[in-house]
Amino acid sequence: MRRRTWTFYAQFAFTLLVCLFLLVPVVMSVLAGVTVNFLQGLGSGLTLQWVYEVWRLYSDTIFLSLLIAIACLATTIVIGVPAAYVLAKRGGPVARMIEETLTLPLAIPGLAIALALLITYGGIREFRASWVFILVGHVLYTLPFMIRAVMAVLSSINFRVLEEGAASLGAGFWQRFFGVIVPNCRSGILAGSLMVVTLSIGEFNITWMLHTPLTKTLPVGLADSYASMRLEIGSAYTLVFLVMILPLLVAMQVWAQPRKRRAAVAEPEADPAQSEGLTRYVAREVVRP
Amino acid sequence: MKRPDTSGTSVILDGCAKTFDDGTRALEPIDLEIEAGETMVLLGPSGCGKTTTLRIIAGLESPDPGGRVLFGDDEVTPLPIERRNVGMVFQSYALFPNMNVEQNVAYGLKVRRLPRQQVEQRVGEMLEMMDIEALRHRQIDQLSGGQRQRVALARAIAIHPRVLLLDEPLTALDALLRERLRVDIDALLRRLGITAVYVTHDQAEAMALGDRIVVMSNGRVAQIGAPRNIYHSPANGFVADFIGTMNRLSGHARNGRLEVPGGVLPWSAERDGPVELLFRPESAQIVEPERAQLKGQVVTSFFLGDRCRLAVDGGGETHMIIETSGRHHYAPGDPIHLKLEEGEFLTLR
Ligand SMILES: Nc1ncnc2c1ncn2[C@@H]1O[C@H](COP(=O)(O)OP(=O)(O)OP(=O)(O)O)[C@@H](O)[C@H]1O
Ligand SMILES: [Mg+2]
Repeated sequence: MRRRTWTFYAQFAFTLLVCLFLLVPVVMSVLAGVTVNFLQGLGSGLTLQWVYEVWRLYSDTIFLSLLIAIACLATTIVIGVPAAYVLAKRGGPVARMIEETLTLPLAIPGLAIALALLITYGGIREFRASWVFILVGHVLYTLPFMIRAVMAVLSSINFRVLEEGAASLGAGFWQRFFGVIVPNCRSGILAGSLMVVTLSIGEFNITWMLHTPLTKTLPVGLADSYASMRLEIGSAYTLVFLVMILPLLVAMQVWAQPRKRRAAVAEPEADPAQSEGLTRYVAREVVRP
Repeated sequence: MKRPDTSGTSVILDGCAKTFDDGTRALEPIDLEIEAGETMVLLGPSGCGKTTTLRIIAGLESPDPGGRVLFGDDEVTPLPIERRNVGMVFQSYALFPNMNVEQNVAYGLKVRRLPRQQVEQRVGEMLEMMDIEALRHRQIDQLSGGQRQRVALARAIAIHPRVLLLDEPLTALDALLRERLRVDIDALLRRLGITAVYVTHDQAEAMALGDRIVVMSNGRVAQIGAPRNIYHSPANGFVADFIGTMNRLSGHARNGRLEVPGGVLPWSAERDGPVELLFRPESAQIVEPERAQLKGQVVTSFFLGDRCRLAVDGGGETHMIIETSGRHHYAPGDPIHLKLEEGEFLTLR
C-alpha cells in the first residue's frame, strides 16, 4: 500500500468537516424532537411526548401525503410508461421536443405552476377543494422523472429487436407491450417510482399554494407547525418525516446500483449500458434541488 | 423420429422493391422463388439489401407498392409479421432477458394459447433437439453466445413456422464456434425439411449451407444458383470476385491466340479484341517449362499444411494466386510455369 501523505489527511479532514456541517443540523433537529425542553438542553431528559403530540395533531397530513404519493405514483406509471415507450419508439426531433416540454415543470418555480393551475381550474369548486387538485400539481412535477427513467432503460435494451422477436413469435401489440416491453423496463419503472414517491411526499412549493385547510400534506403541516408550535413539536415532526423518507432514499440507491452479474458470462451489448445509464441518470436527477 | 416439421411453404417475392422513408433505395424490384423445404442463402457485401429482403419476407418491412409476397398460394403482403407464422433468428438473438430459457422457448406457444401440456411437451422436444436441456432454468445473461443462438433457434422452430428466417445468426460468434454451429444448423435444416432463408456475407457459410445461393449486389440479384454452379460459372465479374478467390488477367485475343501478361493461351473464339481471363487458384497446374502457357515468378509462398498457396507475379496488374500440393517447396524469386486446361477458365469480354 502507498504511504499516505499529509495532503491525504488534509483532504480527509476537509471532507469530514463538510459532512459535519451538513449533518449536525439534522442531528440537532432530531434531538430537539425527543428532548423534553430543548432550551435547557439534553439534561432535561429524552421523551417521545412530542412525537405523540405530532401524531395527534398532524396524523391526517401524513396519511394525505401517503395517499397523494401513491395516487401520483399510479398516475405517473399509467401515463409515463406508455409515453416513454411512444417517445422512444418514434424518436426524431418531434419526440425530443415533447420530451423537453414535459421536463419544463422542473425549470419553472412550483409557485408559478400552482398559480397557473389556480387561475385555470380554481373556479371548479369541487375540484379545487379536493386533494385531487394537489395530485394534478404533483403529477405535472413528477411525470418527467418517470418518463426519463423508463426512456433511459428503453434506449439501452434494444427494445425494437425484442419487440420484433416477440412479433415473429406471433405476439400482437398488447401482448408485446405487457409481456416483453414492460417487464424489461422494470428497473427503470422502479427507479422512476422511487423518485416520484419521494418527490411527491416532500413537495412543498406547489402544494402550499394549492392546499386548503382540509387538504394539508405533510410538508405543509410541517411549515404550519414551525410557524405556530413550540420548537420541539416542529422538530419531532421533522423526525417523523425523516423516518418516512429515508428508507425510500436508501431503497432508491440500492435499486439503482448496477445489477450484479449472476454469471461469469457477460452480456456483450445491453447490460452494462443499461445499469450505467440508469445510475448516471438517477444520480444526476437526485442532485437536483 | 417422425418429421412433424415438414410444414415448409414455398416463398415467392414478386417485384418487391424497397425505398425507405428517407429516400434510400435499398432494393430494386426483385423476383425470387424459394421452393418448399429449400435452404436459400442470401449472400452479398454489406449494404446490398440482404436484411431488407429478409425483413420483407418476414413482414417487418412492406415492399413498395406493386410488390407482392406469397407463401405458397397465400398472398401475405398485407399481413404483419405476427400473422405470417414465420420463425426468425436475429443476429443479436433478441432473447427476452426477463424470461429464462424455458420461458423463451415457450413464448410463441403461450401466445398461441396452446394448452399447458402441449406447451410443455413441445418445449421439452425443442430443448432436447437443440441439446440445451441442462440450461432449461438459466437466465439469458447466464448463457454463452453459442448457447443463446441455440435457444434462439429452438424458440423460432418451436412454433412450427412456415418458413425459418435467419439473419447472420453466426456473425457474433468466434470462428471455431461458428464452424460447429454451422454444421449443427445444416443438420437441423436437413432434418426438419423446413423452408429456410439464411442471410450471410460469409461465402464459405453460404456454400456450405445453401441449396441455392442468391448473390446480391447494390439491391439487385447478381446471380441465383446452386453453390457449385455459382462457384464454377459465375455470371459476371462481381460474382466471380465475391465467391472464392479468382485470378484475373486482362489480355487480347488475336489470330486464334489469347495473349495475356506472362504468356499465351490457345483461343478458339472467332472474334478478336480485349478479353478478361479468369481462373481459380486450383485450376492452374504447375508444369515443366516446355509445356508452360503462363510464366511467372514466385513472390511469396504460404504453407498451409495440406497445400501451399503461392502469390505469383506474371506481369499482370495483380499477383496471381496459385495452389500446389505442399510437397515441393517454392522460395520467393523461383520461376514458375503454369498451364490452364480447357474448361478450367472463364473469359469475360
Ligand atoms: N430503416 C432504414 N432507413 C433507411 N435506409 C435503410 C434502412 N435500413 C436499411 N437501409 C439502407 O438500405 C440498404 C440495404 O440495407 P440492408 O440492411 O438490407 O443491407 P445488408 O445487405 O443486410 O447489409 P449488412 O451485411 O451490413 O447487414 C443500406 O444502404 C442501408 O443503409
Ligand atoms: Mg444485414
